[in-house]
Amino acid sequence: MSAAAGPLPPWVNYGLMPVLNLTVAFLISGLVVWFIGESPWEAMTVLLQGAVGYGEGIGFTLFYATNFIFTGLAVAVAFHCGLFNIGGEGQAYLGGLGAALVALSLGDLMPWWATMPFAVLGAALFGAAWALIPAWLQATRGSHIVITTIMFNFIGSALMVYLLVNVLIVPGAMAPETRIFAEGGQMPKLGWLLALFGLDIRAAPFNVSFLVALVMCVVVWALIWRTRLGYEIRATGTNPTAAIYAGIPYVRTVVVTMLISGGLAGMMALNPVMGASARLQVEFVGGAGFVGIAVALMGRSHPFGIVLAAILFGILYQGGNELSFWIPTISREMVVVIQGLVILFAGALEYMFRPALARIFARRPKPSPAVAAKA
Amino acid sequence: MTLMEFLLLLRDAIPGGIRLAIPLIFTALAGLFSERAGIFDIGLEGKMLAAAFAAASLAFVTGSPWLGLAGAIVVAMAMSLVHGFASITNKGNQIVSGVALNFIAAGLTVVLGQAWFSQGGRTPQLANDARFGAWEWPAVDAIGEIPVIGWIYRFVISGQNTLTYLAFLAVPISWWVLYRTRFGLRLRAVGENPGAVDTAGISVTFLRYRAVLCAGFLCGFAGAYLSVAQSAAFIKDMSAGKGYIALAALIFAKWRPVPVLFACLLFGYLDSVAIRLQGKSMPFVGEVPVQIFQALPYILTVVLLAGFIGVANPPKAGGVPYTKER
Amino acid sequence: MSDHTPAIELVGIDKSFGAVHANRNINLTVAKGSIHGIIGENGAGKSTLMSILYGFYQADAGEIRVRGRKVEIHDSQAAIRAGIGMVHQHFMLVENFTVLENIVLGAEGGALLGKGTDAAREKLEQFARDYEMEVDPDAVVEELPVGLQQRVEILKAMSRGAEILILDEPTGVLTPPEADHLFRILRVLRDEGKTIILITHKLREIMAITDTVSVMRRGEMVATRKTAETTVEELAELMVGRRVLLHVEKGAARPGEVLLQVRDLVVKDGRGVTMVDGVSFDVRAGEIVGIAGVAGNGQSELLEAIAGIRRPTSGEILIGGSPIGRPDPARLRHLGLAHVPEDRHHMGLVLRFEQYENSILGYHDDPKYLNGPFLDIDAIRADAREKIEKYDIRPPNCRLRTASFSGGNQQKIVVAREMERDPRILLVGQPTRGVDIGAIEFIHRRIIEMRDAGKAILLVSVELDEIRSLADRILVMFAGRVVGEKTPDTGEQSLGLMMAGIPQ
Repeated sequence: MSAAAGPLPPWVNYGLMPVLNLTVAFLISGLVVWFIGESPWEAMTVLLQGAVGYGEGIGFTLFYATNFIFTGLAVAVAFHCGLFNIGGEGQAYLGGLGAALVALSLGDLMPWWATMPFAVLGAALFGAAWALIPAWLQATRGSHIVITTIMFNFIGSALMVYLLVNVLIVPGAMAPETRIFAEGGQMPKLGWLLALFGLDIRAAPFNVSFLVALVMCVVVWALIWRTRLGYEIRATGTNPTAAIYAGIPYVRTVVVTMLISGGLAGMMALNPVMGASARLQVEFVGGAGFVGIAVALMGRSHPFGIVLAAILFGILYQGGNELSFWIPTISREMVVVIQGLVILFAGALEYMFRPALARIFARRPKPSPAVAAKA
Repeated sequence: MTLMEFLLLLRDAIPGGIRLAIPLIFTALAGLFSERAGIFDIGLEGKMLAAAFAAASLAFVTGSPWLGLAGAIVVAMAMSLVHGFASITNKGNQIVSGVALNFIAAGLTVVLGQAWFSQGGRTPQLANDARFGAWEWPAVDAIGEIPVIGWIYRFVISGQNTLTYLAFLAVPISWWVLYRTRFGLRLRAVGENPGAVDTAGISVTFLRYRAVLCAGFLCGFAGAYLSVAQSAAFIKDMSAGKGYIALAALIFAKWRPVPVLFACLLFGYLDSVAIRLQGKSMPFVGEVPVQIFQALPYILTVVLLAGFIGVANPPKAGGVPYTKER
Repeated sequence: MSDHTPAIELVGIDKSFGAVHANRNINLTVAKGSIHGIIGENGAGKSTLMSILYGFYQADAGEIRVRGRKVEIHDSQAAIRAGIGMVHQHFMLVENFTVLENIVLGAEGGALLGKGTDAAREKLEQFARDYEMEVDPDAVVEELPVGLQQRVEILKAMSRGAEILILDEPTGVLTPPEADHLFRILRVLRDEGKTIILITHKLREIMAITDTVSVMRRGEMVATRKTAETTVEELAELMVGRRVLLHVEKGAARPGEVLLQVRDLVVKDGRGVTMVDGVSFDVRAGEIVGIAGVAGNGQSELLEAIAGIRRPTSGEILIGGSPIGRPDPARLRHLGLAHVPEDRHHMGLVLRFEQYENSILGYHDDPKYLNGPFLDIDAIRADAREKIEKYDIRPPNCRLRTASFSGGNQQKIVVAREMERDPRILLVGQPTRGVDIGAIEFIHRRIIEMRDAGKAILLVSVELDEIRSLADRILVMFAGRVVGEKTPDTGEQSLGLMMAGIPQ
């Protein structure tokens, strides 16, 4: 069973293997569609057409992708420190509170570009705060962070529902949500960006948060591979004993990493809360925190890969919506099934094809030893 | 609300608490088998949900709750096999596999439900004889007159359905299997040190597969309870986080079967009290948001994990795929 | 069955792990009723060979014969059926199980536990009587001392009726008296007709207990000798392929001021067991103080405490006369303390890092590698290339993953990093463990050069030869205490007895 023999060439590891995994996930999704009596081919066409076939679809796809970039980055940063942050869901939820508080207060007074830095900060701070206790418990008491962050997802959900129902609700209204933010508390649409490509986004809520997400990709890249803190995070993540030997304080590194991770997850809230609905609603995160795990895994915890994976999930999400619209037998939840299958095959079963691929490719003469992986 | 009313409410919440605890008991025991064998299972939620759907669908089609239960068990065990294939055979990440299964279950139950029954993901209402009905114990009226004991007999012991009694039976059986059989000894060993099991000539893979199958088996009961005993149909997302509460209960019970029972009863009871307290004010405290009760199981578990209520040591090899060291 | 049938015959065993050829065409015959030693350096392929025999790995080619009959050993169960038992270097015990549960595991004697457990209890009592191997069957394994845990491993194999017992580096964790007891037991077992295969890299043990010895080197079986007809020198030469350099050329030490002082140091391990028990000593500039001792007598904890990795329970560590206060490896480095850790894989290196990244580990806060919060990648790589050249690290490529370097070159990466800081005090743990001869010579020479440059050096090694050839003063540790100070010309036997806790 010495499956993990030689290293695979990078194009197999980072290219062929994910593609194979995705193909299997899509094949099985196709089987489900076929099983309920619809044509998989037609479904796929509708899905792709709906996601990337026209301006509004692309706008929605990128809107959803924005969510996943943030949560994917959040999971990836924690991964680099050897931590599994499964609490993106709750951190994003709380991040929404931070963003909403800024939008409700400053949004009435200032234009959006003046509110935005505070909103980003507010969302990040609240998201980070929600990661603090699990981080602290992991670092000082060894409480398993996977479990504590799951628990905090539920505690956060209860807290947010309480606040929305009892505190933030518009007096007299039925729906548990805040009032609509003033213009200064909203993220403007990025219609002009797609217009450059001759596309019209119409009602798609594609907004400035996308640019914030891209900036965060660069920031995370620089943080992880170019700063002293990133070096310390990676050392702690890959060999904690060596990190302690090197005088890297474990508690501080774990807590700081989780704060950054939680902050990134919190920023995800900017997109739906300030960019789309212009108010804080219950359950607005909608599983994006969990999808972030798949995005980080597929993107190999590298911001560039994360953007690609996030767009893929954006396509699935938007395309799936269109799918249920055009083919009513296929309900909206088909998206969730496809996402689940992608997470399964690209995440949990990511190395399923490795032994077979290793037999084919590993024995080939090495092209040149200079091709060192940048991981 | 006066103090007396409040105390009565606390008492009256007991039978409901037990009913709410039943799916937790099955699911937490399921988690116990899996996690004591070293396989983390956050896919309990998904397995329970898929099982509930299978039970309701089959009970509707066949008219038999037992066939519904059988279907629930088969479906949940099939999902366990997927989890096993990912985390045992392919040494994948167990958390990710669990998340994926939860997604698939949440989606597929609605997709199939809509395609088959066209009721927006619901399954059709079950007739009474397609459900697990309540067992009326003898002489309820006579014994029910006796103070305290009579109340317990009437509202706690009598009037429960088959699966409830099975849940209470499942606890000692699980204990016996884990601590008194060869399988249990090996299962506990493989979750602590798979190397010891391997060098003893026992297949780690086969053993762990059997453990996750046990988990699937028990999740089947939990799912069937939700849709065929407690309710009379499958409703979208009807597990509603119970799989995670069960996970919390399992941790709260420090991965031991008998404490699992009490943790589940406690969490079920909290839920039951919360439902009854909704919109009412507690004596001395005033109105307490129900969300506090909803969050309490999770808060308690975090406090436990923080080491403030004893130490919870998860199985040592938990979450780590077994590879022979080189 | 004739007594001349060998207990074990291995014919043409071959095994590769990816690019590593761990066993090449191995032939081995082990006579019944003998103690057969297999000796070789770390990484020579001994453990792989035994794992194949025990069914843990499958050989790529070759044949195994047990008592003359060819057997297929697909898994450990098959090995157990063939009468083979193994005591692993890292014990294969379930730590939170009782001794009895561990013994029973895999040999339960039925689907229910009751009967098998009772039978095992009786068996344990019998073994205790016959072989002076007492152990409380109801004790929880993690609460037993290491020596007893090993005994449980042996009992486990014996209770399954093992006729052939493989012991993989059994004395690494034992004190000398414990090791002697083990050897007594092994002799009794042999005299009863059992066959014992002893894997070790310690020549002394081979000479003391085995009847026959086979030598492995780089995956090959290079020789088999009757123990009575060979010498330590011959075996050593066979092991390494050329004569071992037993003495390093060095002049007399010229000790200067005291740079490192340790006063009444007490260190406990994670379980609260006292590992270092009131140790005091000084190290002066320009001298090498060697700490000799059997592994596990507190040397590791001592080293880690001085390096700021482990917090002492009490006592004091002074550098240049001032106490170091709160343990903090980073601050100690600033005070001029460098540390080559005992285990480079677990502590000294992040194997997945590229070479240049490891060349600053621990010194990554030095302003010369930084631009504000950013790493100055160019400066770091230039610095790494310089060290690669000076220490002849191969392949000379700072972008290569550290894991792809050989053991010797990995150690040179660590040594280069620590020595090039020009520290005042140098802690060196097991500097040549798993390192090829060429690199050993190089590293030894560098240590002497550091001494001659006026550094205070504390050397910890379980290799007595290494201590004797490098150190200017030798402190012997036993059970957490320094039991004596000797000069390097002290006889090996006298040091060995001190390491066993017998005062000289």
